[in-house]
Amino acid sequence: MAGWSRHDGTAVALPRDNIDTDQLIPARFMSASRAEGYGQFLLRDLREGDPDFPLDRFPQASILLAGRNFGCGSSREAAVYALVDAGIRCVIATGFGDIFAANAVNNGLLPARLAETPALMQALAGRTTSASIDLETSQIALNGATLQFDLAPVWRTKLINGWDDIDLTRAHLDDIRTFRDQRHKRHRWSWPASQNPQD
Amino acid sequence: MSLTLLDKLWAAHEVRRNEDGQSLLWVDRHLVHEGSHHAFGKLAARGLPVAQPDLTFGVADHYAPTGNRNRITDPAIAKMLERLDTHAKQHGITLFGLDDPRQGIVHVIGPEQGLTLPGLQINCGDSHTSTHGAFGALAFGIGATEVAHVLATQTVWQTKPRAMRITIDGRLDPMISAKDIALHWIALLGTDGARGHAIEYAGEAVRALSMEGRMTLCNLSIEGGARLGMIAPDEVTYAYIKGRPFAPEGASWDAALMEWALLHSDEAAIFDREVSIDAAEIAPTLTWGTTPEQALPITGTLPDPADLPEGKARAASEALDYMGLHAGQALDGVPVDQVFLGSCTNARIEDLRIAAAVLRGRTARVPGIVSPGSMLIRAQAEREGLDRVFIDAGLDWVASGCSMCVGMNGDLVGAGKRCASSTNRNFRGRQGKGARTHLMSPAMVAAAAVTGTLTDPRPLMKGRL
Ligand code: SF4
Repeated sequence: MAGWSRHDGTAVALPRDNIDTDQLIPARFMSASRAEGYGQFLLRDLREGDPDFPLDRFPQASILLAGRNFGCGSSREAAVYALVDAGIRCVIATGFGDIFAANAVNNGLLPARLAETPALMQALAGRTTSASIDLETSQIALNGATLQFDLAPVWRTKLINGWDDIDLTRAHLDDIRTFRDQRHKRHRWSWPASQNPQD
Repeated sequence: MSLTLLDKLWAAHEVRRNEDGQSLLWVDRHLVHEGSHHAFGKLAARGLPVAQPDLTFGVADHYAPTGNRNRITDPAIAKMLERLDTHAKQHGITLFGLDDPRQGIVHVIGPEQGLTLPGLQINCGDSHTSTHGAFGALAFGIGATEVAHVLATQTVWQTKPRAMRITIDGRLDPMISAKDIALHWIALLGTDGARGHAIEYAGEAVRALSMEGRMTLCNLSIEGGARLGMIAPDEVTYAYIKGRPFAPEGASWDAALMEWALLHSDEAAIFDREVSIDAAEIAPTLTWGTTPEQALPITGTLPDPADLPEGKARAASEALDYMGLHAGQALDGVPVDQVFLGSCTNARIEDLRIAAAVLRGRTARVPGIVSPGSMLIRAQAEREGLDRVFIDAGLDWVASGCSMCVGMNGDLVGAGKRCASSTNRNFRGRQGKGARTHLMSPAMVAAAAVTGTLTDPRPLMKGRL
C-alpha cells in the first residue's frame, strides 16, 4: 500500500452521529469480491431515496466530516473498503469505533479526531470546501481555519509509510518463536488439549 | 505494585513493546469464519502459510442456512461456505462446518468446546469476540488486515486500552437478566461511553450470574464502545469448563487452576474509570431506536426529542421516524410483527429455557424463529423437550447460525416490519433493509410472542421460573 503525507481535496459534511458499519456497507454486499469495487455499496441504504445525499451531490469529495462515534459496530473491514473505493481519504469525527479506526489506518484511510465539530458542521452545511491535510503536523486546513487533529503517533507513521504490519512483524519472528516455545513449555494448558505446537 | 486483571493478561501475552507504546501480543486462539475470506486472500497474495494451524479454528456461522442445508440455492452463500471449507483444508485448520454436529455461532462454540479458557488471548474477525472475556480471557475483535496478520504470525499489534470497572452491586431480581444489565448501562453511558477502554465487570450481581449470563454481558461490551469486556474467573467458570473437549485435563488442569486463581484485579488496583450501578435499579430493558443506547425500561414512554439535549434530539427524532413510533407513546403494548430468538448474545441453553418457561402452554400471536447458538445446544434443548414448547407455540425451530442477527444467510426481517429480537444490534437495516429491531432479553422476546406486542415479561414469568 502506498503511503501519503499530504492530501488536498474536497470536504463534505455528513451531519449524523453513530454511523455504524452496517450502514457504511449493508451485510448483503459483503460476499462481493473486492475487485468489483466496494465504492458502489457505500451507505447504500441511507443514500437511496435521498436525492440530496451529500456524497451524491458532491461525488468528488475525498474528505468526510461526520458526527460522533463514526464506524461503531461490526468489525467488518468492508466498511473501510467502501469508503476507500469511493475515493475517501479521510474521515473527520469527534470519535471512531476502535476497530474501525484500526481498519482504516490499515487501508490508508485517515481517521482524524477533532475535539469539536458542530461549528464546522454548520459552516459546511449543504456545500463543500477545499481542504488540505498534513499528516506530519496533524493539521487540516479548511474553511479558512487550521485545525489540529488527534492521531496516535504509530498510526501517523503507518499512514505516511504505507507500512504493512506483516512485513514489520516478520522482523520479530525470532522473538515470537521464543515466546511461543516458552508459553508451550510453561503454560502447556494454554494449548488445546491433546495438541502440540506445529512448526 | 497492584495490578488490574487487564494488566496481568496483557503482560502475559506481550511478546514485545515498541517505543510508540504498541504491544505485539501472542494469540492463543484464533477463530475464523466465512467472513475471513479477505484475510485468507491477503495471505495467499503473499504466499504465506498459517503460522499456527493448531491454534486456529474455523466455523461456518455467518452464512449458515438455518433451513435446508442440503440444498443451498443462493450461489453467493454457497460460495462463502465453500471458500471457508477450502481454506480450512488447505491450511490444516480444524473446521466446525455445516455438517459437523458441533457447528454453531463462533462465540458460542468456543466456550462450549473448551477452546475458551481463562488467561488466554482470543481473537476473531468479529466484534463480539468480547464474549470470551467472560472467562477472564483477553478477547477482542479485529479487522481483516489484522486477521491476515494473526494467520501469518499468530500475533497482533495493539495499544493497551484504559482500564474501566463497572461494578453492579446488590442482587438482581430473578426476572431480570444479563441482557437487561447490559442495555441499562449502555443507555446510561452511551454507545461510545466506554470507548478506548477494557471493561471489567465486578460486584455481587455479576458474581451471581451463570456463565451464560456473563457471556451475554461481555458480548454487549462492544455496543457501549468498549474494546473488550471481562470477568475474573471463579468456581462458576471452572465448573463450566471442566470436561469440555479441548479443555486441559489431569496435571495440565491442575496447573491451569493454579494460574487461573491469580487472574483477578488486586485489591488496591487503580482503574482509569469506575462506574457503579445498583442492581435494584435495573428493570426489564429494551431498545426503542436505532442504536443500543436508545433503550428504556419496558414500563417507559418514548422521549420527546424536544426535551432532549441538542446532539441527541435529531438522532431521536430520526430514530422514532424510522421505527414508526412517536414521542410520548408507551412502549408496552406496541404491536410487533415477528420475534427472533437467537445470536451469540442470547441463544444458549439457559436463554432457551427461560423463553420456553414463558411460552409453555401458550400460543404465539406472531410468527418467529428460534435458532439455538449451536447444534449441540439444539440437541440438548430437544432432550429437554424445549423444542416442543416452541413448536407447539407456533414458532419455527431451526438450525444454528447467525441467522437473523445479521441477515447474511437470507433470514431477514421485511421492510417496515417490527421484530422483537434477542440479538445485539438494532442499527438501521441490520436485520434487513428497513427492518425495525427492538433488542431485549429472551424472556421479553417470548413475552412479545405470546402477546404480539412489546410486553413486560414479569407477569408472564410468575410462578414459572
Ligand atoms: S450472531 Fe450476530 S453478533 Fe454474533 S457472531 Fe453472528 S453476526 Fe456477529
